[in-house]
Amino acid sequence: MRTLPSGQTQLFIGLHLIHEVTTPQAFDMLRQHGWRVAFPERTFGTVDHIVPTDSRRRPFVDLIAEEMTAALERNCRDFGIRLWGPEGAGSENQGIVHVIGPELGLTQPGMTIACGDSHTSTHGALGALAFGIGTSQVRDVLASQCLALDPLKVRRIDVNGSLAPGVYAKDVILTIIRRLGVQGGVGFAYEYGGTTVDRMTIEERMTICNMSIEGGARAGYVNPDDTTIDFLRGRRFAPAGEAFERAVAWWRSLASDRDAAYDDRVALDAASIEPTVTWGINPGQSVGVGERLPDAAGDDSVDEALAFMGFAAGSLIAGTPIDVAFIGSCTNGRLSDLEEAARVVRGHRVAPHVKALVVPGSQAVSREAEARGLDAVFRQAGFEWRGAGCSMCLGMNTDRLEGRQICASSSNRNFKGRQGSPTGRTLLMSPAMVAAAAIAGEVVDVRTMLEEMPV
Amino acid sequence: MSHQPSAISHVTGRGLPLRGDDIDTDRIMPARFLRATSFEGLERHVFEDDRASAPAHPFNDARFAGATFLVVNRNFGCGSSREHAPQGLARAGIRGLIGESFSEIFQGNAAMLGIPCFAADRQAIDRLQTIIEHTPNLTIAARVDTGLITAGPLRITATLPAPLRDGFLSGQWNPTAMLLDRFDEVRVVAERLPYLNGF
Repeated sequence: MRTLPSGQTQLFIGLHLIHEVTTPQAFDMLRQHGWRVAFPERTFGTVDHIVPTDSRRRPFVDLIAEEMTAALERNCRDFGIRLWGPEGAGSENQGIVHVIGPELGLTQPGMTIACGDSHTSTHGALGALAFGIGTSQVRDVLASQCLALDPLKVRRIDVNGSLAPGVYAKDVILTIIRRLGVQGGVGFAYEYGGTTVDRMTIEERMTICNMSIEGGARAGYVNPDDTTIDFLRGRRFAPAGEAFERAVAWWRSLASDRDAAYDDRVALDAASIEPTVTWGINPGQSVGVGERLPDAAGDDSVDEALAFMGFAAGSLIAGTPIDVAFIGSCTNGRLSDLEEAARVVRGHRVAPHVKALVVPGSQAVSREAEARGLDAVFRQAGFEWRGAGCSMCLGMNTDRLEGRQICASSSNRNFKGRQGSPTGRTLLMSPAMVAAAAIAGEVVDVRTMLEEMPV
Repeated sequence: MSHQPSAISHVTGRGLPLRGDDIDTDRIMPARFLRATSFEGLERHVFEDDRASAPAHPFNDARFAGATFLVVNRNFGCGSSREHAPQGLARAGIRGLIGESFSEIFQGNAAMLGIPCFAADRQAIDRLQTIIEHTPNLTIAARVDTGLITAGPLRITATLPAPLRDGFLSGQWNPTAMLLDRFDEVRVVAERLPYLNGF
């Protein structure tokens, strides 16, 4: 919009998404100053982080979840913001904020999108500029619909070639982070392209953009193309009729040129990517499922991670027993994720010692999965089929690891204590790999299970 | 938390050395302490799980109690955008961070609270951490304009991103007032955007 006196850029935010955890203090600050919400029609709210996934009956048994949900309901009512809550009118669209934005067609190419959540990078999969902000910035967006932002450099990451069966978008992004490091993207936005990304669905691109922040990059981005346009056509908040055609022309004009100049370029060969599993305490600490863990060799980060995880240097990740299997999250809680996991699960049983749960990313995902009978596939195999929310990705509701449990998880962070138990351990992997681990009771190569299936 | 903050030209006080790369915001402020509608009391939960698992954690060490600076290593504050992390540190008395590098969201959130995150190279940080470990009462002084940090005999040249530095120096580190200053122009921009006007 303009250069501020501070030298930062004042950026207009086209879409602001809010949830119950990072906003109550922002609304309090608005009230203290007597400010109004500048563009209430450009902010949309939902509950995802603390929402119970077992029963939505109000008041929630979890009294703090009830209090936080009630606060968001009150704030949205007072300031004229549309909210998709856990029950009643509008609840049919409730879900994880990064799942429902694209699903409803709110997320569109060329938009600037902000949300008080670091995984806002997800929305870049549709050619939007989207990034996470803190609560004071949520206050700023509410009050002014603007943010003060420093310019970002752009690193182009090309992935070319075909992914082998059993290798997914999750494996691609885990491999990128492993290669570039968890701090490698600081100061950058990551733009993904190449033939592999070109052929990906929007849901796969969302998985990749989602975890850009795990590589240190605040934003992820994929150029809008035919796939983007086909995805948006007919969605509730997407333009309709002639406006859609005008929108398409504008969206197409936004794509970066083939000869665009980037601050940095990196290329990966898709064929070299294996099903990938994290073994440590940050998402860059991963190996291919057939590989051995690194030798400690005096590296403090490796030593700390191995000690926390209780793994021996140089051991194999395959064969690691698991206690819990979690399929869900803004990274991998969409319909295609559940379909791939169900394909692995069908006709099998969850290992007796494993607690396994599936948490759809939104109520719409849940409905569609049920219409396709996926809930029955999971239930018959011994999975719990839950309501939509963030759930065990970060353990803010009652879905948490206990003690030193090890969880095979389709989520995005394996930080110490991330899944709700301070000593709990997380192994990040694709939903299909989580499904395979749930059945085997230990980390296995999902490709061996896929090979046994009739084509 | 006024919307017309004052200029911050320097930070002075004792330090708390916290070694380790990639310390994420889940460790600074575990998610269960985000189950509240206010930031009050967060200072009690800073690094709570790390402190419980390591009695020798620097935040448990009485020698560093009352520190003004947190001295960290690479990629501090990575992960979640939760402002609860810098809020907890601020409420625990931290007014400045000095480290090798910071996650951008964390650094931005800290800036919104008037807390500069100074960056310096690994060797300089190691020297600073070591000198604080040996002399916890040492006074550290950091200048926002030049990035000069002094601690006893040690002199370090650190950097702040220029826009944040200038924001601290001019007193515009909390930009709400600045953003609202020319709100008419915001409306003009909104009227120009294809996606807000039927394309």
